[in-house]
Amino acid sequence: MIEPSILVVDDEVQFVETLVKRLVKRGVKASSAFSGQEALDALAASGATRTDVVVLDVKMPGMDGLETLAAIKEKHPLIEVIMLTGHATVESAIEGMKRGAFDYLMKPCDFDILMAKLNQAAVKKREHEAKILEARATLISLRRGD
Amino acid sequence: MTSSESTASRSYPEGRVRSAVTGLTLIVLAPLVIAGAINLHHFQRVYRSKVENELRGMIERHSLIVDSFIDDRLSDVRVIAREHPLDRLSDPLFLRRVLSLLREEYHGAFVDLGLVNAEGIQIAYAGPFNLEMADYSSAAWFEEAMASESTVSDVFAGLRGSPHFIITTQRLIGGELYLLKATIDFEAFNALVENIRIGHTGFAFIISRDGEFQTNPHFEVALNRSPYIDVLEGETRLDRITVIDGEDLLGRKSIFTFAPLKQGRWLLCYQQELADATEEVRQMSRLAIATLLVVSIGALAISLVMSKKLAVRLAAADHERTVMTHQVIETGRLASIGELAAGIAHEINNPVAIMVQEAGWIDDLLQDPNPASEENLAEIERAVGQIRTQGDRCKDITYKLLSFARKTDPSVRQVVLNDIVEEVIGLTSQKTRYANVHIATELETGLAPIQASPTEIQQVLLNLVNNAIDAIERPGGTVTVTTRSEGDAVVLEVQDTGKGIPEANLARIFDPFFTTKPVGQGTGLGLSICYGIVEKAAGSISVESEIEQGTTFTVSFPRHNPPGSCSTDPSGERENP
Repeated sequence: MIEPSILVVDDEVQFVETLVKRLVKRGVKASSAFSGQEALDALAASGATRTDVVVLDVKMPGMDGLETLAAIKEKHPLIEVIMLTGHATVESAIEGMKRGAFDYLMKPCDFDILMAKLNQAAVKKREHEAKILEARATLISLRRGD
Repeated sequence: MTSSESTASRSYPEGRVRSAVTGLTLIVLAPLVIAGAINLHHFQRVYRSKVENELRGMIERHSLIVDSFIDDRLSDVRVIAREHPLDRLSDPLFLRRVLSLLREEYHGAFVDLGLVNAEGIQIAYAGPFNLEMADYSSAAWFEEAMASESTVSDVFAGLRGSPHFIITTQRLIGGELYLLKATIDFEAFNALVENIRIGHTGFAFIISRDGEFQTNPHFEVALNRSPYIDVLEGETRLDRITVIDGEDLLGRKSIFTFAPLKQGRWLLCYQQELADATEEVRQMSRLAIATLLVVSIGALAISLVMSKKLAVRLAAADHERTVMTHQVIETGRLASIGELAAGIAHEINNPVAIMVQEAGWIDDLLQDPNPASEENLAEIERAVGQIRTQGDRCKDITYKLLSFARKTDPSVRQVVLNDIVEEVIGLTSQKTRYANVHIATELETGLAPIQASPTEIQQVLLNLVNNAIDAIERPGGTVTVTTRSEGDAVVLEVQDTGKGIPEANLARIFDPFFTTKPVGQGTGLGLSICYGIVEKAAGSISVESEIEQGTTFTVSFPRHNPPGSCSTDPSGERENP
């Protein structure tokens, strides 16, 4: 069991804080952001390697979920994103999936399912990273002519 | 809808339809009546001339009969006078034989026969009276008879005291002039004329030019009245047959017909009431009028029944239309709610999600080996508080939604625009938050109320604000809602800093089903419904737009002056001067 590192992004401060508390209690490294821009700032500061999965609310004032997703995928393509949607924004979630989100969850979501998806996403991200490292190693060895 | 309103809306078209249909029926009947009247008049004229012709024919025939009767009797007497010598003519026995022959032949027309000498003495006589040797030298007819070869006298009573007339013819025997004289029975002669009867009132009689009756008229006749007096005095020129219109003794319109007899010395008169003569025409007129009446009454009755049915149908159609309009408004309102629903579902989901998380968090804490630690208890307390807070938030949202989702109430009331603005803006806050739209309000304090349905005005404003928010694209903008007084009007303005409406679309935006939104996202009814509602409230709506600058919708309502004593004057109809 890996220990994924999570960033929760939602404009509902109370929601984010409680969710983070519960994640932390389960030994997950979780941090919070209250808007799209804040999330991007946090990712830029901590670096992609430190965050595995972003839980992202679709509907937010200012930069909305889809915009934030696009920005994250542009700067940190490896980070997996799970979209959180209200009922009426499922279509936005589907749109998000098409643009590279890992999965989506409907609010209010079951915590165990969330945990399961977070783990799957984290595993996928780690595997990706491993493959990239492998590829890099191969590339370096090829250059050196080993 | 109140009962008084419903009866008003039902009776209004019925009365209108009934008068229209009745009018139409009368218009259709009028030519029928006119044509009928013309036909009848024409027929009357034709029939009148036919009646006149028949009268002429009949009178002419009878005048010929009368004339020939007299001529025949005269020639009988002349033949007798010519054929026989004096000794026979002066023999009473011979005269008696001849008389009985004549009476046999002519059914008693001849009363007696006599021979009168130039001195006027009747020297021979045969007949029922004892008139031998009677002296006629002073009789009225004698002089005339001596002057002319043969004569026919007027009717007179004479020596015997009963009406009769005399036929004489001269016979010259041996230089002596004798007169053979025959008396014609008045009854026989009278029967010739009296039997001329047509209808109930037609009768004939003969008068002399001196105005003496020669036969008995069947009804009373006054010869000193028009037209008889005119004829007798020669004021009316007489043809072979003369027909004159006039009035009889009782003042009834009558036809008078005259034909001269005996070379104009007598007149055959015929008189008949016009109504009697033209009885057939009158019957026909009555039949035609009766038919027309029946047809007219029938047509009117049918038209009334039809109009009633039509009115009922119109009322039903009217009612249907009202229901339809109401449904369209309702549909539009539901569409507005649908637009809101996306935002509101999210808004409800958020607090629900928090509550679920907090509950989960409490669960987590209870799983601790030492759940009752001070730290945990404080955290549980906070979580419970949070659940309560979020529950309140849900309640607020549902209340807001319910206040709008309740059934449209079209009843007109006193409405303060500012309250509705606050309500609608509260409702759209979620939508504006996600669309990065700032809503600014400039509400005039103490704004006069208007007369309208609050739910309908709410819908107008919601539609306008929704449109304004939709018009604003990223990165956002401002919607300004303004209320103010302008003279006698209360003005509501919704202004956005959005993309604006192209000139080509500006004229069509109030048309039903006109929309620029993608299929499935806009009904195209919003603004047309606004237009309808504003018109209904006696207001007006207008739009100004500039591409990339924004759009301003201006709605103007007439100001409602509340009655000064609202509590004591429940009718609220009177207006303050």
